[in-house]
Amino acid sequence: MERLQFKKVLLILLMLVILFVLLTITNLFASGYIKRIVIGLGINIILVVSLNLSNGFTGVFSLGHIGFMAIGAYTSAVLTLPILLKTVNLPNLFPWLGNLEMSFLPAALIGGFVSMIIALLVGLPLLRLNGSYISVATMGFLVIVRVILINWDTVTRGARTFSGVPSYTTIWNVWIWVVLTTYVVWQLKNSSFGRQTMAMRDNEIAAQSLGINKLRVRLLAFCLSAFFTGIAGALWAHFIMSFSPNSFYFTKAFSVITMLIVGGLGSISGSVVGSVAITILSEVLRNLERSFNLGFIHIPPLYGASQVIMAVIFILILVFKPNGISNGKEINFLKITKGPFLSRKQKEVF
Amino acid sequence: MTSFEFLLQQGINAISIGSLYALMAIGLAMVFGILRLINFAHGDLIMVGSYTTVLLMGAGVSFEWAAIAGIAASTITGLVMERVTYRPLRGAPEVAMLLTSFAVTIFLENLAIILFRPTSRPFFLPGLLNPVLEFGHLYISGLNIIAIIISVILLVFLTLFVTRTEAGISMRAASQDLVAARLMGINVNYVIATAFAIGSFLAGVVGILWSARVGKIDPLMGFYPVLKAFVASVIGGLGSIPGAVLGGYTLGILEILLQGFLPPALTSFRDAFVFIILIILLIFRPNGILGSSERDKI
Repeated sequence: MERLQFKKVLLILLMLVILFVLLTITNLFASGYIKRIVIGLGINIILVVSLNLSNGFTGVFSLGHIGFMAIGAYTSAVLTLPILLKTVNLPNLFPWLGNLEMSFLPAALIGGFVSMIIALLVGLPLLRLNGSYISVATMGFLVIVRVILINWDTVTRGARTFSGVPSYTTIWNVWIWVVLTTYVVWQLKNSSFGRQTMAMRDNEIAAQSLGINKLRVRLLAFCLSAFFTGIAGALWAHFIMSFSPNSFYFTKAFSVITMLIVGGLGSISGSVVGSVAITILSEVLRNLERSFNLGFIHIPPLYGASQVIMAVIFILILVFKPNGISNGKEINFLKITKGPFLSRKQKEVF
Repeated sequence: MTSFEFLLQQGINAISIGSLYALMAIGLAMVFGILRLINFAHGDLIMVGSYTTVLLMGAGVSFEWAAIAGIAASTITGLVMERVTYRPLRGAPEVAMLLTSFAVTIFLENLAIILFRPTSRPFFLPGLLNPVLEFGHLYISGLNIIAIIISVILLVFLTLFVTRTEAGISMRAASQDLVAARLMGINVNYVIATAFAIGSFLAGVVGILWSARVGKIDPLMGFYPVLKAFVASVIGGLGSIPGAVLGGYTLGILEILLQGFLPPALTSFRDAFVFIILIILLIFRPNGILGSSERDKI
């Protein structure tokens, strides 16, 4: 078994090296367009993996996580906005905030922590509820966040676009967070806490009779998940640079949930695969949406067509492969890469 | 205007909007009661019905026939929705069905955007149906009265259907215990289709009343009413038809109260307050006011 552990560590290091090389190549040689896709993909992975921590492990299906993304994005954007721009864009801001200009990392971390604290406040009442009630109530949370964003003019510029956010997001800082999030969630999954959450998901009564505290387990997963979602929001804010409350609503929520379901609830590797698949697919579909000429036929732009196709794919997956690509289990890379890594005997261990 | 007249006017307003929420929530409750499915796409039936009505009126069809066709279109869409997407998922976890309905919404809304353009279109009732009644200083929109009358008639018929007819009793049996109902020889497919048909019919009616109230229609118009219907059915208790009615009227009154009593600076936060009140209610009654509090059997 020790040899196996060693090989697992080796495999992880190898994957990190490959990732590093790929990112370096992208950063040096790829076009701006490809770079943007790679950054967007990284942010999607953080969103989906952290959503999986709450929705996949505990079985509490939150529809409101995009609200935490919005909180992270706005917090970090307000904290880092240059003072000069603040006097123009947010003239009525509280003075202590108006004279503050933070650098990226502390602002993003504060964004994550604010999300986490709000998750704690929201989760305390909500996570006591059952199944569908939680979904509707978290959807309510998303509506509340939106109403506040639209109406809190002094801080958020209301429904108008919040622009001028400094561009701090690079391939590197996004993918460091991707690795960090995935690592933390993966460690949690294999910890006693992770097993408690999954026991609670699979059989609530049995888990409670073993002394697992339902609210505590759910709340911890929910808050951690909100933290990483908030970080993803901050990264996204400094990537896209101008956004409005409309950016964080049901369309975005649906796209993240699609990635999660396509990848498979409860599987971290599945979440990564799902994010990659859907990010690429939606990029392709977006290009198809533009008007183009087929010889003599001119096809007008069909705005919304990509969403229609995405919805159909989503329904087909739910009907025919309800556990997603990964079937809800971790994709075993040791098994896939067979030859150099495992002897026959070791394969049987898996 | 005396304060009594003001109260009366606001009261009628509250009951009229509450009726619309109640009719919507009943459709959600019927389906949830049997299938444990929260049908997010219920709101888009409103959109389908209103667009059919408006397009037919634009083509020169008279209002009555256009409205009937609109309600029929809602009903048919509801039935097709059930047959094509929800039936293959029967028995799936609640979450899978909820997410499917989410996807159906995205599908229908974007299809409507492609077909009808995202911009809104005006919706006018013929003048005869839209009188303003005047009693002294009191102005009451005829539309409110019409909405209340139609809802009361529909509620009476619905109560008779659910309590007196075989189909209605089968439906209640199915919502208590689907497996037992099937063992008693109830055709579950038929019952579920009936629930969808009635819910969608009601959504079609609400669609026309809602569009007349708002005065315009657009592809995303179903979102707001269905959100309110969710709140209403959660207040009353998911899956309970009387609960849906109670929840609908409670929500209507609550909204008008908030509109009236919130300080002006906060009125734009009304929807946030509605959800906060909902969450507070759920802390004390986790299954809604009339929801069953029975625990899962081990």
